Amino acid sequence: MVDAVLDSTAQHGPPPDRPKIAVVPLAGLPFAGLALAIVTVAIATEWKWLLMFSHVVGGALWTALDLFVGLVLGPIMGRMSPAARAEFAGRFMPKMVVIMPAIVTMNLGAGFQVARLEGNLSASSANHAWLIFSFIVVGIMAVIALGVLEPANIAVIYEMNKPVPNGHRIEHLMKRFIYTAGITGIMQVLTLIIMTRLASR
Amino acid sequence: MSDTTISTTSNDVDRTYPPIAWMSTLALAAIVSGGILMATYAPRKAPLGVATALAAVGFVLLASAWVSLSRVKVFSWTTFRNVYKWAQLVYVIQAGMIEFAFVRGGTRGASLVIVTAMLVVFATSVPMTMAFTVARYATPD
Repeated sequence: MVDAVLDSTAQHGPPPDRPKIAVVPLAGLPFAGLALAIVTVAIATEWKWLLMFSHVVGGALWTALDLFVGLVLGPIMGRMSPAARAEFAGRFMPKMVVIMPAIVTMNLGAGFQVARLEGNLSASSANHAWLIFSFIVVGIMAVIALGVLEPANIAVIYEMNKPVPNGHRIEHLMKRFIYTAGITGIMQVLTLIIMTRLASR
Repeated sequence: MSDTTISTTSNDVDRTYPPIAWMSTLALAAIVSGGILMATYAPRKAPLGVATALAAVGFVLLASAWVSLSRVKVFSWTTFRNVYKWAQLVYVIQAGMIEFAFVRGGTRGASLVIVTAMLVVFATSVPMTMAFTVARYATPD
């Protein structure tokens, strides 16, 4: 599906007068810093509400973004014209560079403490097996996201900032981004099942 | 991660490199597996033999990636360094948060040493994969 669209897009990127893309949007850093400060305070104080807040907010944003990007935005991007996709990617991908690490850290850092305080880390807990299952799902998603998706994201931004971007290369990297986002999106469905199962026991 | 396409203009050339990104990503996969094992047992003592082996696999793969990279002749080291330093800053902060979570979770002693070793691999392998993926397509120095 994506191939058919991408194969017809062998062009040399956006027009040369386009503005340079900021790889890391500095305006977003205070928000990322705030998210990390909140989760640090939550872990340090073991304030259960703040831990739960960090875990749920981080998890909700992470899951929703992965599902939306992987299953909704990805296929739409695959069908866009190269120029439209380049412009969209140039505005969208730098924001993901700041948002994703912040919300993932928020979710996982607080989630581990919540599991400990709730007693779910104990081998005798009825939720222990579900918790291990969630660790495995998150681990696989982390390897895909950090080893494939995020490097492709950064590489696309750098390629688009070149005087003459290589259209084939952008398509190749974007294809990698779209497919891996789809895989993590599907895996997030598993996370939803596990987490709602844990919360309802 | 090691596709090769040759064309005419300089930015159309995708040079062939050793599978450096694969090695650093596999190093990440090894220590993520070890991290899952340690988290599964926390705050009890995890089977340290398996965890140590996974950490060692991670170190060996990462070291192999660095050695392979050091032997590359035509490469954009400027781009690599530029991406690596910022990515490392981000992932050192993340690793610090994870370490903090483990310490608050009661992980101590040998288990904590192994977790720390895994986090060193984590904070090095992710920036390496990112920086290499970007620099391999940049104009060589």
